[in-house]
This record gives sequence, structure tokens and C-alpha cells, in this order.
Amino acid sequence: MANLIEINNLQIIRNNHITLEIPSLSIQRGETLTVVGPNGAGKTTLLLALAYLLKPARGEIIYDGMSLLQMDELEYRRKISFVFQAPLLMDMTVEQNVALGLKFRNTPQEDADGRVGKWMKQLGIESLSKRRAGQLSGGEAQRVSLARAFVLEPELLLLDEPFAALDPPTHAKLLDDLSDILKQDHKTAVFVTHNLKEAAKLSHRIAVIVGGMLRQVGTVRQIKTYPADDAVEAFLQELP
Amino acid sequence: MTEIFNITLLSLQVSAVATIISLTIGLPFGTWLALGNFRGRSFILSIINTGMALPPVVVGLVVAIMLWRSGPLGNLRLIYTPVAIIIAQTVIAAPVVTGLTAAALEALDPRLQQQLLGLGASRPQMIWYLWREARLPLLAALMAGFGSVISEVGASMMVGGNIRGQTRVLTTAIVLETSKGEFGQALALSALLLVLTYLINLALTWIQQKGARR
Repeated sequence: MANLIEINNLQIIRNNHITLEIPSLSIQRGETLTVVGPNGAGKTTLLLALAYLLKPARGEIIYDGMSLLQMDELEYRRKISFVFQAPLLMDMTVEQNVALGLKFRNTPQEDADGRVGKWMKQLGIESLSKRRAGQLSGGEAQRVSLARAFVLEPELLLLDEPFAALDPPTHAKLLDDLSDILKQDHKTAVFVTHNLKEAAKLSHRIAVIVGGMLRQVGTVRQIKTYPADDAVEAFLQELP
Repeated sequence: MTEIFNITLLSLQVSAVATIISLTIGLPFGTWLALGNFRGRSFILSIINTGMALPPVVVGLVVAIMLWRSGPLGNLRLIYTPVAIIIAQTVIAAPVVTGLTAAALEALDPRLQQQLLGLGASRPQMIWYLWREARLPLLAALMAGFGSVISEVGASMMVGGNIRGQTRVLTTAIVLETSKGEFGQALALSALLLVLTYLINLALTWIQQKGARR
């Protein structure tokens, strides 16, 4: 399968500090890559760089054979979609929130209505369509956030610990739903978490980032059996 | 009666135009300050915040010097005209609108910008939706801007000259009637000014609360 993303020699600097270094990493089309690591390791930085919301100080990200440096920023960002840890919904109805990205793209109303209806149904929030964002529970809000990302039918989906703040039953249910959707639609996705079980459920390949450096890429079994270095081993030992 | 009507109308016209110009300047400038990440940003914000408490008489003095016949802009012949009052009131209200706009946008979750961009918003679309999200405090900025100019007297007196039938507004008329010892007239004009200010703020508050309840 062809690579959708190739990262070469990437370095990201924030507030005069190197926050992320990735010598090499590729993501295949249709693959879900899970990124794990302790808090502050640089996982979110990687997603922001992939969304081109942070510019590299060095190196490059190649998307579908073309460097992001050569691509029109807006055109690229309209191929992807980002889900943050907090739902970050706008003060409008659920339906309007889900349709927001389509509105940015001037999608014809009829097409937009169909897609919004489909994804609200898929994520079980159709009964909430007229409810305002402020009236939703945490789980409902995160479902809206996921629908808002999926409705765009992006080529690349970036998910930053979207269920971290939810209670365990809601967390588990949403993870199941997301896993089903990703498998069913063969989406290319990068999912950030610090939970190895969650990582194993969603994807085959896992990337471990510790201390701002990509340390290892492999299956859960490979990483657990042969941790690449002391930092990875220490991270694994800290896990519950 | 006609004279009071004309004074009231001029007060409203001058303050409304000054508020609209202040909004046109303050909304984009405040947005730039809130969203920008550049050297000197804190310094500019501190200047704007100081500007929010500018004494109207000082503004009046500076604008009068600029517009005075022998001043740098004297050839425009604006001193003692309603345009001069609008200029002075804009100088008073623009920092208020700018400062409160910046504060309103800075109060939003900073990740909201990234979220909107991550959903494919262009920069103008992102700014529009941030304004939409902060619409209640932005309306408060508008109310504060209008409130700061409809009630000021020093600058209007100094650059407008309180000329009957030309530049007399409610506040300068109140000063004049008081100086003549016509307290009844002054009180009636004060009551009119208060009622007008109340009605305008009532309308804006109604819009604001309607937005908050939705």
C-alpha cells in the first residue's frame, strides 16, 4: 500500500525549545497509526505539525508525494480533519456544529444535509440535532466532535486523545464505535493516546514518542518485548 | 422644543457615527492584538488599556490643537464643526472598543483557533467564527464605546465650541444651562440624556441577553 504521509528528519521548535524530533516515519493510506507516550512527550505537537498548524524548523512532511511546503496551506487543511481532546464545540446547535467544516468548504446545501444526517445517525446523535452545544454531556459533545470531523470525509483524520476526559463506560463505547468506523471506512488516521490497550484496539502499528523524540514504531507485542531504549522501557513500566 | 429636538438628534448622530467608526477601527485592531504573536504586543496592549481611560479634556485639547486654524490640519476647517466632535469622540471610543475586543477574544479557548483551522476554515472564516463565539462581550464593547462618548462633555465643548444650532449637543447644552443658573432646563436635558442612554442600552442588553439565552 502506498504511503499517504512520509516524515523526514522533522524538527519542531516551540518557545525556543525543541519539542519534537522525528528522523523518519511513514503512514500508509488506509492505516490507523496510534501514537503513544507520556504527557508532554510531543504527541500533540506531532498532530499539529501533521495538520500544518505548526511549521517545521527542519525537515519536511510529504503528503501523497508532495511536500507540505509546496502545497497551498488551506487546500491541504481541507483534505484533513482534526479532533481535539476537548470537544471545542461552537455555541450553536449540534446540527450546525456538525455542518461547520462543510460550510467552510461551501458544500452545496443538499449534499451537506445528507452527509450531516448520515454521520449524526452513525454516531447516534440524530435525536440531539436541535440541541445547543452547551446542553450536551461530555460523551455527547465528543460524539458531535467526531461527527463534525467524519462528515468532511477527510483523507487524513487526526485524533488527539478524544476520549481522555470521559467516564470509563462512555470511553469504552466511543472507542468501539470509532474502531468500527475506522475499519469500515478504511480511513487513514493518526490517533494519539497514552493508553496502550486503547492503542492496540485501534491499530496494528504503534509509534512511541518519549521526551520529544520518536523512539520506536512497531506492534504492541514488539514494543513490549523489545523496547528500543531505556526511555521506552521506563514509559512502559509507568503504565497501569 | 425644536431646538431641544435638534440638539438631541445631533447628540445621537455624532455619538452613533463616532461609535461606528470606533467599531470599524477597534474590532479588526483588537482582533489583531488578541490573535497576534509578535514583539511589542504587550506594549501596544498597555497603551490601548491606558487609552481606555483617556480623559476627554486631554483628547479635546489634542484634537483642538490639530484642527485649530493654525494647526497641522487647520486648512481642513473642521474646528467647531460636528465632524470635529466625531473625531474627538472616535479618539475616546476607539481604545475602549479595541481593548474590550482584545479581552473578549483572549478569553476564548486558544485551541478554538486551531480547531477551526483544523476543520478547514480560512483565516477570515476563523476570525468570523471567533467573533461569533465572543459576540456577547463584543456587544458589551460596543455598549461601552457608545457610553463613553454619549456622556462626555469636555472634548465636545473644546472642539465643537457649543455653537447654537451647529455643534450644541446634550452634554454641552447641560453645561451651558447650568452656568446660566437655569437648573430646571439643565435637569430636563439631563433627564433626556439619561432616558436616551437607558433606551439604547436597554435595546443592546436585550439583544445581548437574547444571545445568551439561546
